[in-house]
Amino acid sequence: MPSIAKPLVAHPSLVRNEVGLTIRDYEGSMSTLCAGCGHDSITAALIRALWELSTPPHRIAKLSGIGCSSKTPTYFVSGAHGFNSAHGRMPPIATGANAANRELTYIGVSGDGDSLSIGLGHLCHAIRRNVRMLYVIENNGVYGLTKGQFSASSDVGSKSKKGEANRMTPIDPVLLGLSIGATFVARAFSGDKEHLVPILKAALSHRGFALVDVISPCVTFNDHEGSTKSYLHTRQHLLNAIEADFVPAASEIVAEISRNGSTSVTMHDGSVLRFTRLPEDYDVSDRQKAFAYLKEHPGEVVTGILYADESVEDLHEANQTPREALVNVPFEKLCPGAAELSRMQEDFR
Amino acid sequence: MLSGINDFAVKLANVNGSGSASANSLIMQAIFRMGVPVSGKNLFPSNIQGLPTWYEIRVNRKGYTARALDYDLMVAMNSQTYARDVSEVRSGGYLLYDSSWPLDPELYRDDVTFIGVPLAQMCNESFREPRERVLMKNIATAGVLIELLNIDGAIVEKLVEEKYGRKKALRESNRKALGLGADYVKKHYSCPLPFHLQTMHENDDKILIDGNSATALGCVYAGATVAAWYPITPSTSTMDAFKVFCDRYRKDKQTGESNYLILQAEDELAAIGMVIGASWNGARAFTSTAGPGISLMNELLGLAYYAEIPAVIVDVQRVGPSTGMPTRTQQGDLFECAYASHGDTKHILLFPANPAECFEFAAKAFDLAERFQTPVFLMSDLDIGMNDWVTPKLTWDDSYRPDRGRVLSAADLETIPKFLRYTPENGSAVAPRTLPGVSAKGAFFTRGSGHNKFGGYTEIPDEYQEVMDRLLRKHKEAAAFVPAPVIRRRAGARVGVITLGGCDPAVREALDILEEQGSPMDFMRLRGFPFDEPVEKFIAEHEFCYVIEQNRDAQLRSLLILETSAPKEKLRPVTVYGGFPLSAKNVLDFIGTQVEELDAIYR
Repeated sequence: MPSIAKPLVAHPSLVRNEVGLTIRDYEGSMSTLCAGCGHDSITAALIRALWELSTPPHRIAKLSGIGCSSKTPTYFVSGAHGFNSAHGRMPPIATGANAANRELTYIGVSGDGDSLSIGLGHLCHAIRRNVRMLYVIENNGVYGLTKGQFSASSDVGSKSKKGEANRMTPIDPVLLGLSIGATFVARAFSGDKEHLVPILKAALSHRGFALVDVISPCVTFNDHEGSTKSYLHTRQHLLNAIEADFVPAASEIVAEISRNGSTSVTMHDGSVLRFTRLPEDYDVSDRQKAFAYLKEHPGEVVTGILYADESVEDLHEANQTPREALVNVPFEKLCPGAAELSRMQEDFR
Repeated sequence: MLSGINDFAVKLANVNGSGSASANSLIMQAIFRMGVPVSGKNLFPSNIQGLPTWYEIRVNRKGYTARALDYDLMVAMNSQTYARDVSEVRSGGYLLYDSSWPLDPELYRDDVTFIGVPLAQMCNESFREPRERVLMKNIATAGVLIELLNIDGAIVEKLVEEKYGRKKALRESNRKALGLGADYVKKHYSCPLPFHLQTMHENDDKILIDGNSATALGCVYAGATVAAWYPITPSTSTMDAFKVFCDRYRKDKQTGESNYLILQAEDELAAIGMVIGASWNGARAFTSTAGPGISLMNELLGLAYYAEIPAVIVDVQRVGPSTGMPTRTQQGDLFECAYASHGDTKHILLFPANPAECFEFAAKAFDLAERFQTPVFLMSDLDIGMNDWVTPKLTWDDSYRPDRGRVLSAADLETIPKFLRYTPENGSAVAPRTLPGVSAKGAFFTRGSGHNKFGGYTEIPDEYQEVMDRLLRKHKEAAAFVPAPVIRRRAGARVGVITLGGCDPAVREALDILEEQGSPMDFMRLRGFPFDEPVEKFIAEHEFCYVIEQNRDAQLRSLLILETSAPKEKLRPVTVYGGFPLSAKNVLDFIGTQVEELDAIYR
């Protein structure tokens, strides 16, 4: 409903977070997506997660590529700089931005066309570099803006609106991430905000690249019978395998031992993921177990934080950059000066 | 051409990967330290081992060090190319060959003196390891040249000491090999040759440096902190050098803390994306690449142009199209860079002619990119970038501070009611920008999609055109900020010569010769695009101008026709584009075809 402007006034009874802002302060402009689009639910979850984490809006950078999903950074945190870049190219732009200023919170929003086709290579290499950012794939199995072509995440046999069945095998971003060393891999469903918000908060607290694949149905082109990315199909096959509470860094942590012994993961910033549901013998820090579990549940939409490793250094740690942002290093520390130029040229004689 | 004391050219024909490069640079460096004007051109294959490679050394007491006109001495060490190498020696010249094996009598020339030295045989007898025998053969050849050309032995000794000081075995092997060559040639031939070296003092304030190293140093001095690249010949050594300099100047020796970040990208699409991301965040960021990389970068270059994000792109040009000849030089990317990307785009180009300008213009590129919030291309080439040039010592002004352009601080933002990203202040064509992380008031949505002057999305024709028209004004404004052309006038000149980049020494040499022959011509070397008023004026002042450049399609001439009011007929193309650095001979050969017309003008 793009013609309706959002009211600017917030109700006085709205709760304020640690930086004194209400949840309204984390909103953006009115969505121009179709009514009922899964992406709008993800936007709402992001707003909730960022508000709950009390991240100052101006310390957030939102980046995207091109596509329906890539429009969404306009719809949250209007006080943050945004960058709607080019199709598939968000990962390198986010990488460069992060390189220049490690102090900001980076949120990349992408789709299955953006991340799994035109920008697949970039996604893989951002994972390999462990660029510290939340990377959300709003995955609907279809090209929406160009009206309904299959995407690389379409399942074999899944039908288009016109009834054509997809024959090519899908690229599953979760399996991809697990196989090339992603340090945080999660899957969620846009229609399940209760579980999505803590996943996003954990991802935002992760030491490196946090890959969150969110099944997000396209109401216009991929919500029909025969589609494996419809609301109905996703709900029918949803398996909330892993659930966790996100406990912020400052909170008192009460350790609880679950029946299989695996309990919690301490994030790099001191916050804790306390697992309230884990499959028998599952270990979030064991990549092979994550693979095995997914293979054991074909056809099901397995959700939760499937893998997390806080021990791997991120891009900056690997490159030994200073704690402060490179953009804040004064010029005087960067330029060796005239006297040194004169001296060093003796090596060129 | 007559040769003599401190005026000759040597060409060394070798097989690549055999270690000839270190012997070549030893000779080159020794001549440089003798204070004699010299140049070295490496003509090498796109290969690691086994293909023909040549190294040309030109010595000229008057300072003409463009690629040689012809060769006084051929060092023919590659049997694959021997026939061609023999044919390239000037009449009356000399040829040095390895007499370990008999010569092909069919390739003998009566007008050339053949000097045979059993290099392989001597090295096989003196060295045990097979690899050492091959490597030391090159050094023994250098020993021969020291005697034939009268290179100062003490300087060579010092160079060997500096290079292998700590590696005693290697140092001794080098000394031994040098001695083998020198002793044999002294014993069997009259040394030195009629053309040879004598000490001068022309290089006291000069250095020997390649353009890529100078570019990298310029980036360090300009304060670049983020560099992103994908390996590609001939620009790779730019980033290699940037890393070396950063390790030296930007890394804390105790903690290892580094005030720089180099990203080896997955491809050039990513490399330019990283530069744009870092620049968007306020860092000075650059990439170095060659033509094929620019082709891939086209998409995001349009984004940087339209969204007005600074970016510095070093293009070390090589021969295209497609893969072309990666290890050969050309100036074939002018069009590709001037109008890179789809839609209406125009970029700022800088044309360095030598390593000193690579250093100066690299720093300048960051200032222009930030002032005009747009991509800036440093258009180097393989000849400038990868060959060692005798260059005046680089200088730096300690009062230099980066020109960051108009960037609003949090305090600035407090003084205005609302930040409007693409609305310029008081008549300027450039609109102030804000950086992420500073203030929520400065936040806006950067986009490559249609936007109006407020930064909002638009599909309204007038709003779209208003921004595009300002971008055109901005590009025109930049004309006064790019380095001015170098103009040299001569008495009686009625014809002009326009050139750019690495053509410079060859064209200047050719113009001196033409003046002696009674055809004085004025000279203008362009150093930047967009073109400013003096460029149009120069063209207007001459009956016509030759435009000398290294590409097939006369791209600089076309750019002049498109971007100045000069009539097409007044610009005559002179194109040399086979891949080797330009020689004055190339220019003179062409002018030779124009004699009748020139006679009509000058006599």
